[in-house]
Amino acid sequence: MTLDTTEILDQICGLMAPFNKKGVSISADTTFASDLELDSLSVMDMLAAIEDHFDVTVPLNILPDLETVGQVSEAIKRILDEEN
Amino acid sequence: MTHDLFDKFDNILAEYKKLAESGELNPFTVSMDAVISPTEAIINGKKTILAGTNNYMGMTYNQECIKAAEEALNSFGTGTTGSRVLNGTYYGHKKLEETLKDFYDAKHAIVFSTGYQANLGVISTVAGPKDYVVIDADSHASIYDGCAMGNATVVRFAHNNPEDLEKRLARIRRKDPDAGILVVIEGVYSMLGDQAPIKELATAAKKHDAFVLVDEAHSIGVFGKTGRGVAQEQNVEHLVDFTVGTFSKSVGTVGGYCVSNHPKFETLRLVCRPYVFTASLPPSVVASATKALELIKDSNLRVKLLENSMRLNKGLANAGFNMGTTGESPIAAIIIDDKQTAIAYWQNMMKEGVYVNLAVPPATPNGLNLMRCSLSAAHSFEQIDYMLEKFIAVGNKLNVLG
Repeated sequence: MTLDTTEILDQICGLMAPFNKKGVSISADTTFASDLELDSLSVMDMLAAIEDHFDVTVPLNILPDLETVGQVSEAIKRILDEEN
Repeated sequence: MTHDLFDKFDNILAEYKKLAESGELNPFTVSMDAVISPTEAIINGKKTILAGTNNYMGMTYNQECIKAAEEALNSFGTGTTGSRVLNGTYYGHKKLEETLKDFYDAKHAIVFSTGYQANLGVISTVAGPKDYVVIDADSHASIYDGCAMGNATVVRFAHNNPEDLEKRLARIRRKDPDAGILVVIEGVYSMLGDQAPIKELATAAKKHDAFVLVDEAHSIGVFGKTGRGVAQEQNVEHLVDFTVGTFSKSVGTVGGYCVSNHPKFETLRLVCRPYVFTASLPPSVVASATKALELIKDSNLRVKLLENSMRLNKGLANAGFNMGTTGESPIAAIIIDDKQTAIAYWQNMMKEGVYVNLAVPPATPNGLNLMRCSLSAAHSFEQIDYMLEKFIAVGNKLNVLG
């Protein structure tokens, strides 16, 4: 399965729905802390859903570098490329 | 312009100010003017029942423990002024480690200065840069911090969910067939008192050749035939590689430990920084911990403790509260819908002379606001009935009870 960055971003935006309690429109620039008002535990729960969807391991170690939806999709792209 | 280092905390400070202005009582500034017994103290000049101090066995005032501490204080002084690996290992520290080995029937035991440091030290040290630590989502801060301090890859699995753990371990093994893996779970999760299904979780871990660490901080003394914790209660001690725990709850003092049968376990004394680079426990503390462990082993206080907890849990459930707990652990917690009501609830309970824990996210799972009690074997039924009466009175006053 080779996905390009846009496809990954689209799928991640879909996975964000249960965590988008404020109903903001989600793009690559959407931030978890300010725009979505997610606390650290919710961000980790969201990552778990993303891990399962793409069937990859997303280490918690990279969490400090993930502030936006776009950064998460770039990280997933990188992890998928490494595995293939 | 340069940043003030403290600007990043402005949001937290604003929240805290709201709390401080909401009434004269602030859960972050409670101080005990005097302590009367394991279950009573004077707070703000008022005699208060302690219903949230994790003093499960009431060991803080056990006469034998006090006597042992006094003797050690007189013989060995107020402190060791040094690390375990320099001048800070006394007769008492070695005796405490021997007592732990006997208590757990284990080959090795290492004592740390706090339970927090035991988790911090063991997790950050045994899992290195090429290894993985796989932790339960609801893990205590000391486990998360142990991960943050170490260099291993950290993966989180859904709380108490063996299938989810198995799935994540399989993903790791697919990518990294030879990596060392440490799976970390807790015997009892402190907020809602739920037990880990250790057998199922450890079986998933063993299937993928992972080591298993169980933190029995809230279960030592409380569960198991001789009080070793949940692994003993569930008859699965053979599946556990490392048991971590604390002396600050059932044991009634302060300190942490890790026991293991791993043949190279003692190496930690050379390489574990939270063991090496901190002062060892004072002699009086290790003496009372040693005595308490001897007492806990043969104690029937566990039965009284769980009876107490069941009495409060049943009473609260029958009164119609939304319960977070079942009474099968020493924790009783009611769920309050919003944070402001939870704060008001806590303040009203204090005015009624009952100290409970206000527990709010992110310290709680699933975003819950809790009024949390930890029962003690030292509580009398009269005290529990008093707590219950006050819980109901405040519940009616704040319209928490329908």
